[in-house]
Amino acid sequence: MSSDVRFTDFKSDKQPTWCPGCGDFGTMNGMMKALAETGNDPDNTFVVAGIGCSGKIGTYMHSYALHGVHGRALPVGIGVKLANPNLEVMVAGGDGDGYSIGAGHFVHAVRRNVDMSYVVMDNRIYGLTKGQASPTSRQDFETSTTPEGPQMPPVNPLALALASGATFIAQSFSSDAQRHAEIIQKAVEHDGFGFVNTYSPCVTFNDVDTYDYFRDSIVDLDEEDHDPHDREAAKQKILEGDKEYMGVIYQDDDSVPWEKREGIDQDMSDIPDGAPEDAMDLVREFY
Amino acid sequence: MPEDLNWAIGGEAGDGIDSTGKIFAQALSRAGRHVFTSKDFASRIRGGYTAYKVRTSVDRVESVVDRLDILIALTERTIDENMDELHEGSVIIYDGERSTMQDVEVPDGMIGLSVPLQRLAEDAGGAIMANVVALGAACEVAQFPIENLDESLNKRFGDKGEAIVENNKEAARLGQQHVQEEYDHDFDYDIETTDEDYVLLNGDEAIGMGAIAAGCRFYSGYPITPATDVMEYMTGRVEQYGGKVVQAEDELSAINMALGAARAGARAMTATSGPGIDLMTETFGLVATTETPLVICDVMRSGPSTGMPTKQEQGDLNMTLYGGHGEIPRFVVAPTSVSECFWKTVEAFNYAEKYQTPVYLVSDLALAVTEQTFPPEVFDMDEVEIDRGKVVDEDEVDSWLDERGRFQAHFPSADGVSPRAFPGTTDGAHMTTGLEHDELGRRTEEEAVRLEQVEKRQRKVETAKEQEEWDYREFGDSEADTLVISWGSNEGAMREALGFLEERGHDVRFISVPYIFPRPDLSAEIEAADDVIVVECNATGQFADVIEHDVLERVQRVNKYNGVRFKADELATEIENTLTGADAGATEVEAE
Repeated sequence: MSSDVRFTDFKSDKQPTWCPGCGDFGTMNGMMKALAETGNDPDNTFVVAGIGCSGKIGTYMHSYALHGVHGRALPVGIGVKLANPNLEVMVAGGDGDGYSIGAGHFVHAVRRNVDMSYVVMDNRIYGLTKGQASPTSRQDFETSTTPEGPQMPPVNPLALALASGATFIAQSFSSDAQRHAEIIQKAVEHDGFGFVNTYSPCVTFNDVDTYDYFRDSIVDLDEEDHDPHDREAAKQKILEGDKEYMGVIYQDDDSVPWEKREGIDQDMSDIPDGAPEDAMDLVREFY
Repeated sequence: MPEDLNWAIGGEAGDGIDSTGKIFAQALSRAGRHVFTSKDFASRIRGGYTAYKVRTSVDRVESVVDRLDILIALTERTIDENMDELHEGSVIIYDGERSTMQDVEVPDGMIGLSVPLQRLAEDAGGAIMANVVALGAACEVAQFPIENLDESLNKRFGDKGEAIVENNKEAARLGQQHVQEEYDHDFDYDIETTDEDYVLLNGDEAIGMGAIAAGCRFYSGYPITPATDVMEYMTGRVEQYGGKVVQAEDELSAINMALGAARAGARAMTATSGPGIDLMTETFGLVATTETPLVICDVMRSGPSTGMPTKQEQGDLNMTLYGGHGEIPRFVVAPTSVSECFWKTVEAFNYAEKYQTPVYLVSDLALAVTEQTFPPEVFDMDEVEIDRGKVVDEDEVDSWLDERGRFQAHFPSADGVSPRAFPGTTDGAHMTTGLEHDELGRRTEEEAVRLEQVEKRQRKVETAKEQEEWDYREFGDSEADTLVISWGSNEGAMREALGFLEERGHDVRFISVPYIFPRPDLSAEIEAADDVIVVECNATGQFADVIEHDVLERVQRVNKYNGVRFKADELATEIENTLTGADAGATEVEAE
């Protein structure tokens, strides 16, 4: 790990194919900045992504990375981290990837509290399939497959995380570059599962949850005198659901990552050339 | 035929059938006798008929037979369930004092020993030991020295304290005494013991042990019958070597975690049964196209759907061979015996890493629940070799960078296998994706690159076909006109069947095949035989189909896989080239 890593070192030479103005540019820049600021470099970093616009991120960043199947990025990240706890693992996904097809994994990843970060680029729509309702779309949001709107309440990802025992819950806005990078950096630094829901507007298919909408409605928790260590206060803010908060909503400073509690501290790639020296003991157990 | 004794204990699930059977099987094994066990069980926790059967002999035993010599019947139904296997002179031990067993009628010609199991158990310290009283009685019938049970009882009850162990030993002796005092039959059984030292284990345990020996350090799985024993065996043991077993939230998570661990450089495995393989199939394609080494174990049971979870079948062969959309290079290895479950697992890890492909390790319920004795040297750990393939470290990584310093994790090398840099390797950072990708692992739809990568992945299979020995095991008369071929757990029964067939005047050559893909070329063997019979535990003959396919004269093929449909003029040229044997360009005529 070198100390002179710049965030641009995490940039690949591939030009993003995101639409001009897409929120994902800002989200990714914040991720790269946070990784560099926390002293990581591309060779000790593993980025996992699922499917969708968000899934392309591994191509545009430079690090060890895997672009997997829809909704399953979190288990891949957990496997990477457990097999080599020395690696910095960051998982990126979209709202469909994380809260629809991957909702089950999200709940269990939160419960497991492995030391990694999870950034969800929430644009409240399916972009890559050209504009269908996502799990965070508004109830009356009209799309090609839901002409009357989904007619059910959107998933509240922060509440889902809280209910599952999250030790770090934050929300950010990709367009506020400074705050966004700061928030992700806190998630990376957190000892445990650092979850950040990032508003990352889709300029092509979502004309409701736009930059303007978020700029007008977002409330920075830093200006609200909110104590992120107060779980009750966090619960209230999350369940009220009437404001678009930005900042760290909840953080448990006593969090101990699962792998630490399980005593996993070795790089599992290091194995002997043959069976372990005492392997015949495994056989003798069957006497 | 070996001089064998067939023993069983049967009752309701929850009656302690398994542990009682295991105590007896271990005692026999420790006394230098060969043992082969089998279980009849239902998919429920309590109630329902269940039995644990032990076949034992001084000679090796490879299968179950339709004969029961001694039966401990804890319920009346146990006798009914086993009527077909009982014979004249069979001994049935039961507790005639139990209200539910008072009306038991021992069939004509059989010997019923009513032993007050519960009462004697209470005398020894608790009714819960009734099964052990029965074991003691059975030892007397078989003339098996009861001291042999003591070590098994220590092992089973040792952590509950000395008093419990002593009470159990007493219970066994009360059962023995009761038979000595109350019955003066000559039971005809006189079990010999030997000085041989055997270990007793089942196929799932052998797979778990093989995995640990082969350096597997990460296992993620979701419980499912009959694969769970693999996970239970590894739990607590792999941790001693710095590894971890994770019970995932579902099979999708299990295989994705294992994929992540494998990308991080760990030897990783998941095990499941058919329904779990269904769920894992999407990620299986990702594993293959990202060229990640992974061992996926399928312990087959009866399907389709939930089928019969506690019954045997070899119905998943087609799925492991062909499952998944698109075309996926893979290996399919199927152990044919409990000891081969160990060795084929070791091989599976080496194939996975040498060729950077997923490997299906296909076992079945019969192997999973069969415990069998082996001389411990069958699992000689010094013989375990670990080949990690083309892993490059920081010193070697330079030679695999492109002109811009980027690591080529999918470099289309001549043998189809690319360099592998574990995360953390300086200058090795690279991505990979389930999308078609270039040599850097980055998404592409460029026709030439697509062709290059498809061919590169397929080339690994061709390389493996050349480099490895895809052999088979042969038994019986190698000159015989009748050839029997089987795969998986049928080997043991078939080996014994050879003896029966010989007695009836049939000479048979028997080939047991542990490799499904790649597999040995059996054309010459098939040509040389008059009759060829493929034995397998399924309805349609899935292995018979592939064997038959192998000996067919091949059709010529015109294939296109660059992502563009056939065009008429191009097609005309391709077909013409094929007919005239001219260089076929993009056409691939499968070589053989």
